[in-house]
Amino acid sequence: MFAPRFGYHRVSSVAEAGALLREHPGAKLLAGGHSLIPVLKLRLAEPPALIDIGRLAELKGISVEGEAVRIGALTTHAELAASADLEEHAPALAEAAGMIGDPAVRNRGTIGGNVAHADPASDLPTVLLALDASFEIVGADGERTVAAADFFQGMMATALGDDDLLTAVVLPARPPGQGQAYAKFAHPASRYAVIGVAATLEVNDGVCSAAAVAAGGLVPVPTRAPSVEQALVGEPAAGDAIATAASQIGTDLGDDLIGDLFASAEYRKAVAGVYVQQALATAAERIG
Amino acid sequence: MKVPVSIQINGRLYESEVEPRKLLVHFIRDLDNLTGTKVGCDTSQCGACTVLLDGVAVKSCTCLAVQADGAEVTTIEGLAQNGELHPLQEAFWNKHGLQCGFCTPGMIFASHELLRTNPDPTDEEIRHGLEGNLCRCTGYQNIVRSVREAADIMNADTQDGGEG
Ligand SMILES: Cc1cc2nc3c(=O)[nH]c(=O)nc-3n(C[C@H](O)[C@H](O)[C@H](O)COP(=O)(O)OP(=O)(O)OC[C@H]3O[C@@H](n4cnc5c(N)ncnc54)[C@H](O)[C@@H]3O)c2cc1C
Ligand code: FES
Ligand code: FES
Repeated sequence: MFAPRFGYHRVSSVAEAGALLREHPGAKLLAGGHSLIPVLKLRLAEPPALIDIGRLAELKGISVEGEAVRIGALTTHAELAASADLEEHAPALAEAAGMIGDPAVRNRGTIGGNVAHADPASDLPTVLLALDASFEIVGADGERTVAAADFFQGMMATALGDDDLLTAVVLPARPPGQGQAYAKFAHPASRYAVIGVAATLEVNDGVCSAAAVAAGGLVPVPTRAPSVEQALVGEPAAGDAIATAASQIGTDLGDDLIGDLFASAEYRKAVAGVYVQQALATAAERIG
Repeated sequence: MKVPVSIQINGRLYESEVEPRKLLVHFIRDLDNLTGTKVGCDTSQCGACTVLLDGVAVKSCTCLAVQADGAEVTTIEGLAQNGELHPLQEAFWNKHGLQCGFCTPGMIFASHELLRTNPDPTDEEIRHGLEGNLCRCTGYQNIVRSVREAADIMNADTQDGGEG
């Protein structure tokens, strides 16, 4: 399959990429290419030009700055999965990155491309929503920061405008004693998420003092699960209490569920609670 | 609009002008008849096109030639050194890790990637490591055995002070 013809610009700075985006309306940024190249080959898009940001060292790598973890947009899934810093400060993100596609995909795909593409079957948006991440964006009017809850706006739609470039994802470092986990029902052929659930749990005096749960894959845009979260707080973070809280997920998912030939909307809704329970139970085991 | 690229493949430098939409796999296959690298699905699923790009396994059907400009590529034709097969090639041969052979170059580079990141994998880890590669013939059992044998040979070589 051949992509439609496009112009090609390789840039050496974020500023140069921004200038080219404004100069070539409709142009697309190229990071790892693992969503964009398939889209082009299927001719679902025909951008006049690609602006290759893949070599911008300033957008690569993970750093811990006080209570925050900063991840450059070009950091690959393989780097996320292997990062000792993430293992310590955001283990659910490392876990989810290690479940993406297959090793060759993880060697090329980047966190920035993953969240900018915002495929509902992606893993990272769900985790970043549960972890209260924020997104650093450079646009024509300068820099701004957008919270995860405002960043993911719909199926393949985000807060990024045509001239915007995502530079980094910033996460609060895991507080001491918090357990985190990501549970995934992977499509057996594509490995994309049919259902993905990210959870964090904190326990004080034997009961859950804080919980965050987000679900993706089965909804057009990943969603937090306030009913599940509220049902957990004040209860023991174990067995029956987790199962009862997890069974609330249907309330949080709403009516707009994704269904396809492999898994209908009804089926996904029926099994979602299993993955919520699994994520919570694993997070609870990891507290400490 | 054509763009100049220079890509080193199996130690030899290839300089050429390419359309930006040209995929790395076509650059490799068209340029010097290096047809060991296969196109199976053309949709990033099967892994038949897997090569090493600067030492790391990538699916060359999902990489533009311009993205590989300045890089070093290893294809199946370049894996043997001084006429001696790589332990993975030996092991796929000895353990019957192939039938038609179409998936084999990709399987070997996916295995290479696995052993690079995990030199002594369990059988389950081997199966997960090969998740991005499909074989329509072998039923996978002999592929897993081949990777296991290659790992054992390479680890023994390392212990003997060899290069592994
Ligand atoms: C076989 C296969 C299996 C996969 N399985 C999974 C899976 O299980 N789970 C999962 O989550 N994902 C999966 N993916 C998708 C993968 O994670 C992609 O790598 C990722 O979605 C895109 O990242 P990229 O760097 O390749 O982006 P690209 O493809 O280069 O870009 C994607 C989009 O994002 C834009 N973009 C890229 N970087 C930026 C930036 N810094 N600022 C603004 N816009 C930007 C581009 O313009 C483009 O529109 C799979 C992909 C393949 C091919
Ligand atoms: S041809 Fe590249 S993955 Fe199938
Ligand atoms: S040996 Fe025939 S496809 Fe694998």
